[in-house]
Amino acid sequence: MNWSFLVEVTIGGLLAGVMYSLVALGFVLIYKASGVLNFAQGAMVFFAALVFAGLREKGLNAWVAGAGTLALMVLMAFGVERAVLRPLVNQPAITLFMATIGLASLVEGTAQGVLGAQVHSLDIGIPDVPFSVGGVNISQFDLFAAATAAVLVTLLALFFRKTRIGRALRAVADDHQAALAVGIPLRNIWVIVWSVAGFVALVAGILWGCRIGVQFSLTLITLKALPVLILGGFTSIPGAVVGGLIVGASEKLAEVYLGPHIGSGIENWFPYALSVLFLLVRPEGLFGERRIERV
Amino acid sequence: MKRISASPRSLAAVFLAFAAMAALAAPARAQNEQFIPMVDYRIGPYAAGGTGTFGGFIDYLDMLNKRDGGINGVKLTWEECETEYKNDRGVECYERLKHKGPTGAAMFNFLSTGITYACIERATADKIPIVSIGYGRTDASDGRVFPYVFPLVTNYWSQSTAKIKFIGMREGGMDKLKGKKIVNLYHGSAYGKETIPILDLQAKKYGFTVTHIEVAHPGNEQESQWLQIRQLKPDWVLLRGWGVMNPVALKTAAKVGYPRDHIVGNWWSGAEEDVIPAGDAAKGYIAAAFHPSGTNFPVLQDIKKYVYSGGHKGNLEDFSRFGSIYYNRGVIHGILNTEAIRTAQAKFGKKPLTGEQVRWGLEHLNLDEKRIKELGAHDLLQPIKVSCMDHEGGGAVKFQQWDGKQWKLITDWIKSDQSIVRPLVEESAAAYAKEKGITPRDCSKEQ
Amino acid sequence: MIYREAGQFRTSYAEDERLFPIRQDRIVMSLLAAVAFVLVPAIGNDYWLGAILIPFLILSLAALGLNILTGYAGQLSLGSAAFMAVGAFAAFNLMLRVRGMPILGAFALSGVIAAGVGLVFGLPSLRIKGFYLAVTTLAAQFFTEWALTKFGWFSNDNPSGVISAQKMVILGQDFETPRRRYLLTLAIVCLLALAAKNLVRGRIGRAWMAVRDMDVAAEVIGIPMLRTKLLAFAVSSFYCGVAGALWAFAYLGTVEPQAFDLTRSFQILFMIIIGGVGSILGSFLGAAFIVLLPIFLNVASHKFLPESLSSSLASNLQIIVFGALIVFFLAVEPQGLARLWQIAKEKLRLWPFPH
Repeated sequence: MNWSFLVEVTIGGLLAGVMYSLVALGFVLIYKASGVLNFAQGAMVFFAALVFAGLREKGLNAWVAGAGTLALMVLMAFGVERAVLRPLVNQPAITLFMATIGLASLVEGTAQGVLGAQVHSLDIGIPDVPFSVGGVNISQFDLFAAATAAVLVTLLALFFRKTRIGRALRAVADDHQAALAVGIPLRNIWVIVWSVAGFVALVAGILWGCRIGVQFSLTLITLKALPVLILGGFTSIPGAVVGGLIVGASEKLAEVYLGPHIGSGIENWFPYALSVLFLLVRPEGLFGERRIERV
Repeated sequence: MKRISASPRSLAAVFLAFAAMAALAAPARAQNEQFIPMVDYRIGPYAAGGTGTFGGFIDYLDMLNKRDGGINGVKLTWEECETEYKNDRGVECYERLKHKGPTGAAMFNFLSTGITYACIERATADKIPIVSIGYGRTDASDGRVFPYVFPLVTNYWSQSTAKIKFIGMREGGMDKLKGKKIVNLYHGSAYGKETIPILDLQAKKYGFTVTHIEVAHPGNEQESQWLQIRQLKPDWVLLRGWGVMNPVALKTAAKVGYPRDHIVGNWWSGAEEDVIPAGDAAKGYIAAAFHPSGTNFPVLQDIKKYVYSGGHKGNLEDFSRFGSIYYNRGVIHGILNTEAIRTAQAKFGKKPLTGEQVRWGLEHLNLDEKRIKELGAHDLLQPIKVSCMDHEGGGAVKFQQWDGKQWKLITDWIKSDQSIVRPLVEESAAAYAKEKGITPRDCSKEQ
Repeated sequence: MIYREAGQFRTSYAEDERLFPIRQDRIVMSLLAAVAFVLVPAIGNDYWLGAILIPFLILSLAALGLNILTGYAGQLSLGSAAFMAVGAFAAFNLMLRVRGMPILGAFALSGVIAAGVGLVFGLPSLRIKGFYLAVTTLAAQFFTEWALTKFGWFSNDNPSGVISAQKMVILGQDFETPRRRYLLTLAIVCLLALAAKNLVRGRIGRAWMAVRDMDVAAEVIGIPMLRTKLLAFAVSSFYCGVAGALWAFAYLGTVEPQAFDLTRSFQILFMIIIGGVGSILGSFLGAAFIVLLPIFLNVASHKFLPESLSSSLASNLQIIVFGALIVFFLAVEPQGLARLWQIAKEKLRLWPFPH
């Protein structure tokens, strides 16, 4: 057994997992506040990245482009609240889920229709080249992504714990009706949460866009985020991070060490199979809230 | 009560929609026109390929209409049908468009292997040829079993042998391949797996070892595959990617320090869209091509002159893609399809032709260097000679290298090794014929 | 006035247990059957029969399968396409490897094999619920796609991994023309729809609905959880498996595993949500909506959008409108199209005296 290779695969996997967590965070935020599994998150990532790349190509500086994109995402949050969430209030979760799939094709169509089907490259000036630590190669870009994720999670945690809006958000997450009863404006909360999710989508879009280019396939990273979600629990921000790390590391290890025996290319289903096994032990995910069922 | 009062309206909307649909299905007829269906895809993950290729295809037809008034006075018409790269939508488009125009569809180009597969039997029964340039069913190169299918120019297996030849050239002779290590990094799909048998065959013949590593669709994460590759330390990596898998492969190769000029892609991994997202990591990467990029061909200049000047707008939305790999592939689609019609017109008369007549034209398509020059496509297209036996017609490949800005050709046409490809094609076609109960045509009796 | 059940008395148990106890329903159903079996094949052309109605019927069947699982038994699944794939490849291999296999037998057995696979992937449902379960069914989706592509045996070692459906011959008659394929599909779909209708109103269906409404409560009143849930998975997968076999044999002819990807699963889920969760009729209405709408939008875009509009924008407009219509329909009628039908029936009961 080649130990340094094992370490390298594991570290590579953990860092890839961070990238999955970034996408999963957007899901968690929205699920927490509105009970919606937002399938349009991938489309939002794509949309944000495409707008950002488009603005950059117009010669705007990264901060201005980021701010411009963010403004658009906030606008989108208003639109989603008005056109999707408000008419569908109190509908079963599955209906809302389907509505977000409809929303996804709307956003994808708008993105490609207005901004074109052309692929773009994105460069934020952090090279994706490795440096060696004791024989193990680590990419600068991955470290940067990990640091970004750490900052993002800290910010979100502070936001949820320390601010007034954050507390209102947690109240809404606990119980919609009780929150309404004590006077928390549900609609504003939704707009805020979708805006924050839009921001997370932008960050994920930029980082993923640097890695794989800004193109339609960005929407497909949703599929990497879903096993992260069920592992970590739909409602937990730390869960999304830990889930991402587990999924990233285990799928890489499985591909490298299990692949040769049962056939390679198992990365698509392995995280799902792993999370099924995991859920059999803990049905609410790692950090999910335990449901108590009464008749 | 608001909800219930809204419902009859939506009910009415549904019925209206259905009624409108029935009304819309009425066909339109016109006279001296040849109809070519454009079953394309402009949305979804592969939209860049669809818009580019069909942009070039349609622009070429447009140019022929504007410059020459069509083919020998027969105007070309077309209608697009969006498939979203889905098989069932493609079949619907096929059925919708097959009887359009005064003589029905001349031929179909799907630019999708899945749709091509799904339509082979339909098209054969309807007597409409399917042209699949650089994709589709490889064993359809055997025209005896597949009279209506034309995988023109070069198929995947031919390309694979040309790739190995190219590597042999780089190594200084085919005998130098002995003991070399080659990794075949392929997309986890039917398309990706297609060259595995032929690579194994060549490995045996030339004495190199080949390791097949699969990348799960869509391939936006390849950390583990490239770490494996670094462990293996292969001399060459063959990249058989599709869509996002290509730039990610190059990026990850850079990350693990694998030299890009030892990665050889196929032609679905060798467009600008495949390397631009990878940025600097793509520099030096080599890919096979059955045509180059660039605008420096008379035929492209004609398109520019007739289609894109004087306030006219072509099919391409973003003119910067003019002359790109996908665009030029579309122009080649245009040339081959229309030249087949022209060939058939020489036999059947200068009038709109049926699919069956166009099939004859395809089977007797013979573009030599002289004709290609006349078409303004010298160096864009290799000589093609199709016959009843051989529906491929060309079989040569050039190799190009990405210099960070554009694709530079680095070889001339490299002939494929038909001594390996042809027996496999015939074997596979024979198996299909047996499965389907088809008696292969006797080519000596064909006119 | 038109749809009035007053005055229709049921005087025997047999009458009370009929599938359609109301006379008007029986008339409508027999009319519908007459149209579908006689009129449509008589006047439909190849395009409508072969490219619209056959896929519509097959996807209705798949939607019906998913509706049994999700609409009646309350288990959310995103893996229907995987079971379709199992059905398609099973039917192909049965025809290929079993000498003298009748095609209908192959369809039925392919359903059974899909049901077996469904049982395995249904096991986690005993512990896992809701969206967690939905995401775990994705394991079935991806695993099946991977396995069918990976192992050449399934596609008889075809280098491209595709299967070409064998000829359909029943009692010496071959079913190759669109009209015959349509009739065969219609017959199978009708048969299975009737079976489903009977199943869901019987003991099993009631047990499923009890589980759907609250599984803990259902368990308390003595419904065996293991058997009921797994049965739902098996029956649902059976329907999807037969649909998949038909998709390969009666519709496409040649399929690859990628024809049954996640998009297909979502498409089927869409059908039951738009059509109506927990409604047999809804499965058909939803399938009609989801199959026809994109085609309609595509045809309409050629007719109504100006020539000068670029084709790419036109294509994108189609999916924008598609997405918007989905959201719109969910907002206007979250219970699905089947609910519209019910409302229409209620109106007809009172019409022309609505007050």
